[in-house]
Amino acid sequence: MSGTFLGMPGNFPENAAKAVQDSQLRYNLRKATHTIRGKRANVVGELPDWTELRAAGKAIKDETLRHLDRYLIQLEEAVTRAGGHVHWARDAAEANRIVADLVKATGESEVVKVKSMATQEIELNEALAEQGITAYETDLAELIVQLGDDFPSHILVPAIHRNRAEIREIFLDKMPETPPGLTDEPAALAEAARLHLRERFLRSKVAISGANFMVAETGTLVVLESEGNGRMCLTLPETLISVVGIEKLVPAWRDLEVFLQLLPRSSTGERMNPYTSMWTGAVEGQDFHLVLLDNGRTGVLADEVGRQALRCIRCSACLNVCPVYERAGGHAYGSVYPGPIGAILTPQLRGMSSDLDASLPYASSLCGACYEVCPVAIDIPEVLVHLRGKAPHNPAERAGMRVAGWILDDSVRLGKAQRLATRFRKLVPKRLPGPLSAWTDTRDLPDIPEESFRDWWERHERP
Amino acid sequence: MRVALFITCVNDTLFPGTGKAVVSLLRRLGCDVDFPAAQTCCGQMHVNTGYPKEGVRLARHFTEVFAGYDAVVAPSGSCAAMVREQYPKLVRPGSKGAAAIAEVAPRVYELSEFLLDVLKVDDVGAYFPHRVTYHPTCHSLRGLHLGDKPTRLLSKVRGLELVPLPRAEECCGFGGTFAVKNPAVSAAMGSDKARHVTGTGAEVLCAADNSCLMHIGGTLGRQRSGVRIMHLAEILATTEATP
Repeated sequence: MSGTFLGMPGNFPENAAKAVQDSQLRYNLRKATHTIRGKRANVVGELPDWTELRAAGKAIKDETLRHLDRYLIQLEEAVTRAGGHVHWARDAAEANRIVADLVKATGESEVVKVKSMATQEIELNEALAEQGITAYETDLAELIVQLGDDFPSHILVPAIHRNRAEIREIFLDKMPETPPGLTDEPAALAEAARLHLRERFLRSKVAISGANFMVAETGTLVVLESEGNGRMCLTLPETLISVVGIEKLVPAWRDLEVFLQLLPRSSTGERMNPYTSMWTGAVEGQDFHLVLLDNGRTGVLADEVGRQALRCIRCSACLNVCPVYERAGGHAYGSVYPGPIGAILTPQLRGMSSDLDASLPYASSLCGACYEVCPVAIDIPEVLVHLRGKAPHNPAERAGMRVAGWILDDSVRLGKAQRLATRFRKLVPKRLPGPLSAWTDTRDLPDIPEESFRDWWERHERP
Repeated sequence: MRVALFITCVNDTLFPGTGKAVVSLLRRLGCDVDFPAAQTCCGQMHVNTGYPKEGVRLARHFTEVFAGYDAVVAPSGSCAAMVREQYPKLVRPGSKGAAAIAEVAPRVYELSEFLLDVLKVDDVGAYFPHRVTYHPTCHSLRGLHLGDKPTRLLSKVRGLELVPLPRAEECCGFGGTFAVKNPAVSAAMGSDKARHVTGTGAEVLCAADNSCLMHIGGTLGRQRSGVRIMHLAEILATTEATP
């Protein structure tokens, strides 16, 4: 299953239908999402000012997005002043070319990577491979995905679809130095990965990262992580290249106070993440390059309803509470951004010209659990409905909805349609044909009553 | 008090018993109930499936039909949430449509809200000697924020044994056209919900939305579980005199 998400065939309903048949996957997902969901609820519940923090997070991000042009220039000046180099990338191809050229200029053919969604989005590893450069993921979960020749299926925990036993198999198969007696104890698995990665950290001259936040005022980049592997990449190599989406900005240093509380509590369900690394420009002789990535973001910004998706801080809380994600898994979304946030972000960043992307706004029952937990109050159901209005519709559905609209436009017409249905009520089959079989495959139909409510009212109650 | 019943198109067509129950319940509590015959549908299916043009037309029709009542009562959390939460987003702020919505929407109540917040009654004099579990539908819970209002009403029903539903706040998988556009995930969610329902040992599954009940009930029916579905209004309308 190697390759990339882009150009993946199928659509969400088909992909999800396959995934729900996989009982091991459903077990893994249910267990993992419910564990993180519970931890998040506990640490959010203990903060008396969570509602205010959430409102502040939303307000800061909205202010940033409203004046993004100004803050980006401010950031560029601050980073340059601190000895860093800033590059602007309109799309994935441009960003990949910039990074590949920077790596080639160092003469190296290997890079270590800090876990980063932006570089996954632009499929940097594959682009570098084409230029003869090997990128090694160092985040434990990303390493599992990379070694398993697999796709990520969660923003925070890309290997959430794998359990311990499967991870042990991957390590034994793909890391030659692993002792054959390896158990599937988490500590043993982490130790095996540590041994595998340590030598890479010491050897690599070039590192590539993303960033959780960029502070416009100071030019500081911020990475939050759990393992410390990111910090090894950020500090040891001679050249550091950070690829960051333009929406990752916050205006001022003090804004971090809000986000350093919102993010760990929402993502890993911890009060504080173990490692927070911050750097400003080039540090201690290290060469630093910042690649600012648009890749569709300014288009999203132009949409008055859809732009709130750019507030996202990639915490994954919406994935962990989503009943659809829990059953379908991340791969069904065909994007590095799965779950509810993916369902509104992917179609906005990539457009809705493919079957898959056009099906994403419909990958939700609109239950609203995602909006409730979002730390920056993205009204995901609102954006889903907005995107459904812009998505291409199939002609049969469009015709059906037109007819339904025409009947519902007028109570007399509705009454006639109801009387037609009640007259032929005994003829309705137990299994419906065509697209409506989707209902009767697993559910009984309700009995059509002898009389609609409006006809009953007309006969009995009308004064 | 002049109360208009907003029956909703699903109840009107498929669950007339729920409408009759609301009428008898509200009359018992002293309300003057009217059924504006020109009403049709709130437009939720069209808006939420991506057909806002048709949806806006139906929303305009709704605001015309229900203008001028003291209160509009709907036996559906989902349709009440559509009017109150989604209507304002369909129109330009400051427009004529926005003014019409601002006039009607705040007076639209889901049944349990109307009973507790407007009529201020929690004991409606009902009698229902059965074991019941309650599913708080998503739009009641996260759209209207009904909280424990429906279960407060149920807990006052004589003879009724209310058993808690595990993972009650989780979506049943109906989701309107989601149920046919994503049938596999919808069915998986529905069967998990049905499993939790049968696990309670309840005879009756109750909710404030017949559309969700139609989905869970259809799943329970296919499984020959023997659990009946009943709308909140139907339980509250039942008395010893009218079982």
